Amino acid sequence: MPLLHIDNLHTYFFTNGGLTKAVRGLDFTIDRGETLALVGESGCGKSITALSLLRLVPEPGRIVNGAIRFDGEDLLRIPLTEMQRIRGNRIAMIFQEPMTSLNPVLTIGDQIGEVLRLHIGLSRHDALDAAAQLLQRVGIPAGRQRLREYPHQLSGGMRQRVMIAMALACDPELLIADEPTTALDVTIQAQIMELLDDLRSERNMATLLITHDLGLVAESADRVAIMYDGLIMETAPVEELFATPTHPYTRGLLACLPRLNETPDKLGTIDKPLRAAVDGSATHSFLDLCPAPFAPRNNHLPLLREIAPRHLVRCWED
Amino acid sequence: MEPLLEVTNLSKSFSVSATAFGGPKRRLQAVAGVSFALYRGETLGLVGESGCGKSTIGKLILRLLEADGGEIRFAGQALQTLSQRQMRPLRRELQMIFQDPFSALNPRMRIGQILSEPLQIHRLGNSNLRTQVVDCLRTVGLDEEHYDRFPHEFSGGQRQRIGIARALITRPQLIIADEPVSALDISIQAQIINLLCDLQRRLKLTYLFIGHDLAVVRHVSDRIAVMYFGKIVELAATEELYTHPLHPYSEALLNAAPIPDPRQRGKRRILGGEIPSPIDPPSGCALSPRCPYARPLCVQVAPELEEVMPGRWSACHYSTEVGRFRRQDTTAPAD
Repeated sequence: MPLLHIDNLHTYFFTNGGLTKAVRGLDFTIDRGETLALVGESGCGKSITALSLLRLVPEPGRIVNGAIRFDGEDLLRIPLTEMQRIRGNRIAMIFQEPMTSLNPVLTIGDQIGEVLRLHIGLSRHDALDAAAQLLQRVGIPAGRQRLREYPHQLSGGMRQRVMIAMALACDPELLIADEPTTALDVTIQAQIMELLDDLRSERNMATLLITHDLGLVAESADRVAIMYDGLIMETAPVEELFATPTHPYTRGLLACLPRLNETPDKLGTIDKPLRAAVDGSATHSFLDLCPAPFAPRNNHLPLLREIAPRHLVRCWED
Repeated sequence: MEPLLEVTNLSKSFSVSATAFGGPKRRLQAVAGVSFALYRGETLGLVGESGCGKSTIGKLILRLLEADGGEIRFAGQALQTLSQRQMRPLRRELQMIFQDPFSALNPRMRIGQILSEPLQIHRLGNSNLRTQVVDCLRTVGLDEEHYDRFPHEFSGGQRQRIGIARALITRPQLIIADEPVSALDISIQAQIINLLCDLQRRLKLTYLFIGHDLAVVRHVSDRIAVMYFGKIVELAATEELYTHPLHPYSEALLNAAPIPDPRQRGKRRILGGEIPSPIDPPSGCALSPRCPYARPLCVQVAPELEEVMPGRWSACHYSTEVGRFRRQDTTAPAD
């Protein structure tokens, strides 16, 4: 049984301007200890997927349909108090911008300590000891002294390490990392990704890595799910996805990438009509313009179909 | 050949307070003695991590900031000796493209106005201003229908096209592009990069391309200058820099950049530590606290940028050793 099984998830936003279907029938699974990269461009619904998992979708958004089975239990059907116990304890999350996720007026020690006191029930004194150890583990030396510092006194990389320490405080089974290194410089990004990889194998923790960076995906994911317009277009083990990308959107994304070891004359592009065109004139989505095996028929999109073991593509049978 | 732009020993420091709540002022050296030349029709990439001074250099060249020292010559003319008034006709020749096109466009102006204004200021407009503007819109892949719209009506990629059109409309020789694709999605990023490359060929433009993404910078640049801590640490032709870096920092950047190919996954040498505080710089070479090649000499003497091989400049005492920690390309045939 997979650790997490998302089944036909729909999250809609009921705005004054009308209905926005941010997530419209999402399916994927994550096994214990596995890293699944959820890849897509801005607006594809990948962050809303993460928030849906934790039942933290902001107003006016609502999960309208589907199931989120975590360790066999549907998170959408448990009472909120139970959900609160799962958040932070068994499923933890780190965000893109650590500065806005940390409380600027509390010390690092208070913030990590709070997690430990709330979820594990440690005393204030024990919590500080445990927090210092956690900081040590995520590569912040002189943890004791750092506990007395405030977020603004730390660099971006250090803040992200603090966020990771908080997320790991309760030894979660699933870590959701939403663009964890996007705000960081490349040498610091490499440090953080290495730290996450080490922690994951050390704790057999499953990770949902949300990112737009296919380089990061290639370096640390086991499996990849490519998301576009609220749906998974293709999912496959990482080597297979890069070796035989099948959906036009996946192929387009890979062709767009400038590479370190080759300079093509021209980069590939995705001929993607804009969804929110100025006057609503662009009624076609990228999918409408796809070749027949991938395009909608009678206003229906094809389902995800297994074309090779664990390699699913949204396409018609023929 | 005479360079179009020649920067010699440029430096700039800022005065900052020690803490967020004030306190004694300290000097922050943002650019510390930078020299390079830019030839007509080429693209020089300027790469480095945040705070290394790469954007400051762009602003110094345009004299949006005044340099503390050094010289900037554009087409043979020393820019700093000119008054702002004398500078004005030259601004037509020197244009800039910014990272975030939304904050660089006035939200209350229509696209037509945004693009006509530079023509009026520089008295380049002819009797049919609108046609001139529409021509320029077409050059960047937009259309006449966009003329009367406001910036908020466009997507990020289209806004960047408007930013490019505004830079192009005065028919400049040199364009300083400061992270022009960093804020864009991958598919849009590719379109804008292709557009910039196209325009360069068609209009014979010269670019100073400031960026942090090594793959993007590689794609557009003929030569690349790598910056660390306010200094150029390596300068080389693009191909040579990527195949055989001569400075430990260039090597570290290349090792750290994620490669979109799972077959090349594997342990790599990662630079430890953080970028030092510019208010409290380390002694000797600024990279020495993080550098795997560092030896006692590095802490004592800061290395100068020197021509190590013809056309290859590096600021490292041990340039010849660099390459030992380079991550291997496991897919390339062994030679």
